[in-house]
Amino acid sequence: MPDRIVELPPHAFPAIFTRALLDWLPWLEPLGVEELTERHMAALVDAARAKSAYFRLLARDPDALRARTLTDKDIFYNPDAGLPRAERELAAAATSRFNGCIYCASVHSRFAATYSKREEDVQRLLDDGVNTDLGERWNAIVAASVALSTTPVTFGSEHVERLRRAELDDLAIADVIHAAAFFNWANRLMLSLGQPAIAG
Amino acid sequence: MDTDVIDTLVGIRPGSSLDLIRNRRPEARNQAQASYRALFAPGDASDIAAAERFAIATFIAGLHGDVDTSAFYADKLVASGASAELRRAIDAAIAAAKGRGPYGSYPAGPLSREDTAGPTYHVTAEIRRVLEARLAAAFDHIHLLVFHPRDAEPAALRALLDAGWSTTGIVTMSQIVSFLSFQIRVVAGLRVLAGVTR
Repeated sequence: MPDRIVELPPHAFPAIFTRALLDWLPWLEPLGVEELTERHMAALVDAARAKSAYFRLLARDPDALRARTLTDKDIFYNPDAGLPRAERELAAAATSRFNGCIYCASVHSRFAATYSKREEDVQRLLDDGVNTDLGERWNAIVAASVALSTTPVTFGSEHVERLRRAELDDLAIADVIHAAAFFNWANRLMLSLGQPAIAG
Repeated sequence: MDTDVIDTLVGIRPGSSLDLIRNRRPEARNQAQASYRALFAPGDASDIAAAERFAIATFIAGLHGDVDTSAFYADKLVASGASAELRRAIDAAIAAAKGRGPYGSYPAGPLSREDTAGPTYHVTAEIRRVLEARLAAAFDHIHLLVFHPRDAEPAALRALLDAGWSTTGIVTMSQIVSFLSFQIRVVAGLRVLAGVTR
């Protein structure tokens, strides 16, 4: 019977936001690797994801997982103009920091640091939170991500105007909106179906 | 092709500037709609029925306070055959559960100074009588995911299993809450962008 809470193996939990590599442990039973059919593999999109307990848990609803993953990839990886990848990752990291998803923040702060080469600024976002000063362009992106992440949403024309003053065009602003919105999706899955653990 | 829900809710017309912007991310556009289809017109509804999906979506949209999205899912709920009594119970639950998020607690340590207190929601006995055990447990969980997801813990999932949810049903329900958290924000964001387009 798969319908039970999974006993966690002994491990240490992260108690801070970090760019270190973390594990993620499921609270519900993922599909076993041996249970994955062709349909599940298509849902994973990338075969290497079969190793991830998170994706094997979401594979229980393969159609929803596949559409989620393809949405994610286009928002973050589509290279056609708009917001540079580093700043799409910044929006993801800021959203995760604000919602409190230590796991998501670790992954996307690593990407933001790698693509922007601004490790110290990204680390300050993790250490001090979304109100830290990262320079006006990044501050505008973080503030927009935060306003999109509140419930109810508090994103307004003042956020769009501020992003425009920071020289984002409308496609780039749409990218901020999608990146922050997508992490409101991802954060809720990662926070509620399992938990981060210190790797090793 | 089915009607694109985000386009409908934002009011995006073919050839408009937002239409052109959405076309620059064609997979994001198509797969957001594919997500809607997967969650609300599923091939297999054995772990969570269509009517339950729209009841849940109506509650989620109501908690976000977005009028158009709420009306959209409330209409789908009616079309799914929900009774007037169920619709009234969902409205009462929205009124009782509405708040502001995100709040919640972190693992004990340096982040504890950022802990923000806020309510935990449980549907009242009166509403529970109408919703019944499965939906009542779902509504408690949805409030957690919408407003204070960082408070999530295994006990919340145990309550769902105890109320008759399967593991697969919980995954789908979690996707519905999380996807709507995305859809509502894309709609809200693009609507603002449309209003101030040069």
